[in-house]
Amino acid sequence: MSALTVKLKIDNIEVEVPEGTTILKAARDNGIEIPTLCSLEGLTNYGGCRLCLVEVKGAPKLFPACTTPVSAGMEVITNSEQLREYRKMTIQLLLSERTHVCSVCVANDHCELQSLANKLGVDHSIFERNWTRKEIDSSHDFLVIDRNRCILCTRCIRVCDEIEGVHTLDLKQRGRKAEVIMDLDEDWVNSCSCTSCRKCAKVCPVGAIYIEGEPITRTKNKDVAEFILTRRQRK
Amino acid sequence: MVEGKNMGKEIEIHPVTRIEGHAKVTIHLNKDDSVKEARFHVLDFRGFEKFSEGRPFYEMPGITSRSCGICPVSHLLASAKACDAIVGVKPPKAAVLLRRLMHMGQLIQSHALSFFHLSAPDLLLGMDAPPETRNIFGLIEKKPDLAIQGVKLRKFGQEIIEKVAGKRIHSYDWIIPGGAKWPLSKENADYLRSNLPEALDIALKTLKMFKSSLQGFDDEVENFGNFPTYYLGLVTPKGGLEHYDGKIRIVDAEGKIVADQLDPEAYQEYIGEAVEPWSYMKFPYYKPLGYPEGIYRVGPLARLNIASHCGTPLADEELKEFKKLGKKGVVQSTFHYHYARLIELLFCLETAKELLEDPAILSERVSSKASVNNEQGVGVAEAPRGTLIHHYKVDAQGRILWANMIIATEHNNLAFNKAVTQVAKKYVKAKQLQEGMLNRVEAVIRAFDPCLSCATHAVGQMPLQVQLIDAEGRLVDQKVR
Ligand code: FES
Repeated sequence: MSALTVKLKIDNIEVEVPEGTTILKAARDNGIEIPTLCSLEGLTNYGGCRLCLVEVKGAPKLFPACTTPVSAGMEVITNSEQLREYRKMTIQLLLSERTHVCSVCVANDHCELQSLANKLGVDHSIFERNWTRKEIDSSHDFLVIDRNRCILCTRCIRVCDEIEGVHTLDLKQRGRKAEVIMDLDEDWVNSCSCTSCRKCAKVCPVGAIYIEGEPITRTKNKDVAEFILTRRQRK
Repeated sequence: MVEGKNMGKEIEIHPVTRIEGHAKVTIHLNKDDSVKEARFHVLDFRGFEKFSEGRPFYEMPGITSRSCGICPVSHLLASAKACDAIVGVKPPKAAVLLRRLMHMGQLIQSHALSFFHLSAPDLLLGMDAPPETRNIFGLIEKKPDLAIQGVKLRKFGQEIIEKVAGKRIHSYDWIIPGGAKWPLSKENADYLRSNLPEALDIALKTLKMFKSSLQGFDDEVENFGNFPTYYLGLVTPKGGLEHYDGKIRIVDAEGKIVADQLDPEAYQEYIGEAVEPWSYMKFPYYKPLGYPEGIYRVGPLARLNIASHCGTPLADEELKEFKKLGKKGVVQSTFHYHYARLIELLFCLETAKELLEDPAILSERVSSKASVNNEQGVGVAEAPRGTLIHHYKVDAQGRILWANMIIATEHNNLAFNKAVTQVAKKYVKAKQLQEGMLNRVEAVIRAFDPCLSCATHAVGQMPLQVQLIDAEGRLVDQKVR
């Protein structure tokens, strides 16, 4: 750990953290919760979901806490009326795309999107639903991807690349059309790089990638992040 | 996106149908103002079959059971059996016992709901009692003991479901193709065993009370959908009452078995499905007789009419007595659905008792593993309201290509219309709708205990709208309840 530290204020609380720490980590290490979806400890953050946006005093724009490093004297606000509104809107945008029908979803009650929506008080979406049918790939022996439920957080892609080291998964297309694919858009069963390690299912925050027939509580057990972290640091 | 826009528009243009159009009865008059026929229309549509396309087959129990909040377990079972057929395995014995037990819970709770909450006010407070008090609250006031017993019995049914599968209503994650996810714990089994005697006692008492009140309803028995039809349902290999497995038997109005031990999988060979432009509910009929002559009924009355015995001691006694009401053991009047439901209630409690006494029910082995082996599967179960059929076709990955469901209430559709016509003929006198007549139309519909939300695969409350239409097609009177 670097010896140099930086002092800053988060929600008016004075904190001191090692140089180079992200705002998210600085906040969490000091007991301040910032909602996140695409970020997962142990994986490289890429700032995709925009749920962790925070205000920095004196700056005209918002910053994603998961990718912005702290700097000395920074004054961060993690919870303002405006931020709460933005976060709600972000969740609504996610919900308006694809099919999020909790009642018949494998991840019901164990879904990060669902619990964030609950926590942030999202009870409806102001956006028109923008739904197109996506194909489900259940060709693999036990891994299933239901692209209708995918929120494109890319955790699966990053875990496959950074931890398992095979990079079977990636994205094709852009924006609303984007989809997680295997190899060069093969059916999963035909992927020659997939090692069937199940990590993608373990890190999926929703019910998009899951293990057929396995209780979701077993797939998504809490220590995933810890496991990834220890593997990463070669402990 | 296009779909979304269109949907939004439709709601704006037709707000009226959303509010009051869900179930409508039209009574058509002849030139001389006598009743020609009455039609029971169902005007909403939900299309479960359509939106299950592309879903993995093992999601079907969860998806389809959402079509109904009253008999989700029956959908779960029919669907799970269709899935069993797709994977082509036999669930282990304990899983079958547990699924059966769960289904008994479903039947108990649904029959108790139908009798105590929905029909008892008509039956015990009288058809001509004012509608404001002719409901469960009126019943609580007039006959508090009975109302409480009804609540208790229903609760016991729900408890069976809960103890077996974890949740009272949509316990869809317990059932899986090839069996069930977890076994029954000893505490849960003990709990159910110890609560059974009280439930059985209530069922017996209620049946007794119902029988003693029967004389007061001669008129209704005579005119409530009292006509000959065929009857269809599942029976055991020996022709006994069956709700989970078994094969299809069809009996005519004279009690003659016209077809027996038909394979449910081949239902399309003997059941046709007609469509009428004025209703979203399909009109199934017995194919060899054609449409609409192939009218048949399903549900409690039909099941008792086709079964030669129940297979449990108390219910068998009652069945013997029941069969005396009809010609050659076949009871025609739709009014007697109530009676049949109470006998089934008794049977279900006795069966639950037997199931719980079987030591195999506690076995830990509750699922057989397999993946897609067949390209289609049919699952059939006797839901509280009658024979329920689920039929799916899947691709090599197990994704649904096509699905068809025939819901209990649909089988009765033809009989429904006939029954409403009969009541209208008897009670519509002038070019005007009377309150007592409305009550009876409502009551005859209720005798069938239709569940429109799952039958049309349609959402919503069911406000009743009755229209009187003269020979020229003009609306002469209408009432909305
Ligand atoms: S968690 Fe920071 S952008 Fe998703």
